[in-house]
Amino acid sequence: MKGRPGFRLIILILLLLAGLAPGGVWAGEFSLARFNDRLADAGIDYRGFLDLRGGWRVREPVDERHTSLGEARLQLDIDYDLGWVVGKFKGDLFADAVERSSGGTIREAYLLGSPLDFADLKVGRQVLTWGTGDLLFINDLFPKDWKSFFTGRENEYLKAPAEAARLSLFFDVVNIDLVYMPRFNPSEYINGQRLSYWSPLSGDTVGRDHGLRDHGRNSWFSEDEVAVRLFRNFSGLEAAFYFYDGYWKTPEGMKADGRVYFPRLRSFGFSLRRDLFGGLANLEAGWYDSRDDRDGDDPMVRNSEWRFLVGFEHELGDDFTGSLQYYLEVIQDYDDYRDSLPPGMEKRDEYRHLLTLRLTRLLLRQNLILSLFAYYSPSDNDAYLRPQISYKLTDNWLIFAGGNLFYGAEDYTFFGQFESNSNLYGGLRYNF
Amino acid sequence: MKIGRVCACFVLLILFAGFVSAESVAAGQLSADEIVDKANIAAYYAGDDGRATVKMTITDNQGRKRYREFNILRKDDGPDGGEQKFYVYFKRPSDVKGMVFMVHKHPGKDDDRWLYLPALDLVKRIAASDKRTSFVGSDFYYEDVSGRGVDEDEHKLLKSDDKFYLIECRPKDPGSVEFSRYQVWIDKQSFMPVKAEYYDKENTLYRRVEALEIKDVQGFPTVLRSRVENLAAGGKTVSEFSRIKYDIGLKDDIFTERYLRRPPRQARR
Repeated sequence: MKGRPGFRLIILILLLLAGLAPGGVWAGEFSLARFNDRLADAGIDYRGFLDLRGGWRVREPVDERHTSLGEARLQLDIDYDLGWVVGKFKGDLFADAVERSSGGTIREAYLLGSPLDFADLKVGRQVLTWGTGDLLFINDLFPKDWKSFFTGRENEYLKAPAEAARLSLFFDVVNIDLVYMPRFNPSEYINGQRLSYWSPLSGDTVGRDHGLRDHGRNSWFSEDEVAVRLFRNFSGLEAAFYFYDGYWKTPEGMKADGRVYFPRLRSFGFSLRRDLFGGLANLEAGWYDSRDDRDGDDPMVRNSEWRFLVGFEHELGDDFTGSLQYYLEVIQDYDDYRDSLPPGMEKRDEYRHLLTLRLTRLLLRQNLILSLFAYYSPSDNDAYLRPQISYKLTDNWLIFAGGNLFYGAEDYTFFGQFESNSNLYGGLRYNF
Repeated sequence: MKIGRVCACFVLLILFAGFVSAESVAAGQLSADEIVDKANIAAYYAGDDGRATVKMTITDNQGRKRYREFNILRKDDGPDGGEQKFYVYFKRPSDVKGMVFMVHKHPGKDDDRWLYLPALDLVKRIAASDKRTSFVGSDFYYEDVSGRGVDEDEHKLLKSDDKFYLIECRPKDPGSVEFSRYQVWIDKQSFMPVKAEYYDKENTLYRRVEALEIKDVQGFPTVLRSRVENLAAGGKTVSEFSRIKYDIGLKDDIFTERYLRRPPRQARR
């Protein structure tokens, strides 16, 4: 469904559903409770929300609209428990005023069961997460949606779903997660649609008129991905080893035709997490083996890298939490990278240092939440701030506002390139 | 609302069951410490495991109400008074439906706590330092439940009539808490704590926790309704417990990451 009539239709459906929702005009508490009980007896659980939000750029856009976000979204999340297996469906209907589109997306649709006493199997479209970083990912190479993250959609949209089979095996010595994705699931990367970015080829910030086009990897079973985790909890110390074999999730390579592609990637890593000094500490590391540029001398493909992360979280007061992370990216074979770079192209630093700070304060009986997440890179000299305020008017209604603010001394650094995308957003949500 | 703080529920509430053994009734002259130990076991260690559905009604100082509903599973590791594991599955409000909060309680040191966020498939570890903060926006504190170790206070027997022991508790480390002292009424028959009153640093009564209804469930005196009143700021929270069962044979592995990601039927229904 594309275009304006569709948009109006969706709005109409959303309004109708809002009226039908619990506490709405038509449904009495009691009949709805009885209806829900009957569903629960049949093994069916549901929840969902209606969400309206808008966002605006606070700086002059580069080849983009002033509006960064404008959408209505209805989500329905249904669980069906058949005893031997649980079925899940979670889908969104949306109407998007920025990309002038409307339609539906399926976020999750899977079956989950235990074929053996010590094994769980989850098959279908699902959201996958592991690793210890807070909004920093080393060994979590599952798809992300950076567009949603940078424009102010709810946090859950940072994780993009993947079509996968996940087999989890539980033993006394170690637990094993095996994830097979028969077709590559790339991240929703910044490609000029909605958000502008730095184009190394043009040597300039560009937007929707210079949208990146990629050579997709769409072949079932040949362009596939495998992710493995071994993990165990040693009385409070959580340890894990990770392996991934697939492709860079964002297009880190370019072909001669000027189109980008997803080079091959393998990664190995580990993480540790435990309580420490009354707070929580975590450590994670990974080695990215960029298999299409093993020697690091191909300027069109990202080099192999080491990545490290340490974090600490602690209470700062009642209902007030703070956390800090230090993250390091090291480019392998840096000399080869530097020597092979075409003249005129901006060069990355060998070491990219990044600090993050999270502050979360709950007020008014935890109904008012003030939070700030900040990224700051002393080596790139850029930063990204994510302030947010939200208030629960009732158990169902939530209002919120926030920002995605980018700063950079240079136009070509990771966060600096997004400076013109800096935006403020706000909206409301009805949960049912 | 913050689920991280959840535990509190157990407080007086949840598996606030007691036990009436012949020994405890027969006890002649008990010291204050012995009474508190018995009350701790009566309130938190009924059976070897158990489950309950909890409905909380939170009323603020302007009379506005909010509701919470969750299922709790509990399993004891080893002797009464020792290690325990809790599993809390949220059902209401709808924005937290499906979230799971898990605690491995270690008396005498910090608990291990996790929160599972299904929308992100995220197993989040939570720092354990906050003890006297609100559980899910209610008037119950984390510590009302599982947090406060019996060794953290000095106990004094103030009074003993034919029904109750009245114990006064004073914190050994006054800087770590907002109260200067509190008094607990403990039922002589069952050793169930039935009421606690907290005094602030100016010695003004500001908080009261009460068991409103206690009933025998499978031989364990069990709180069916409890209330916390905030006498200083106004507002109260009433918790109702239903579908309570003890000794249901919960497997140990329910309290692991496996079942955080895959809530068992006992927790969901």
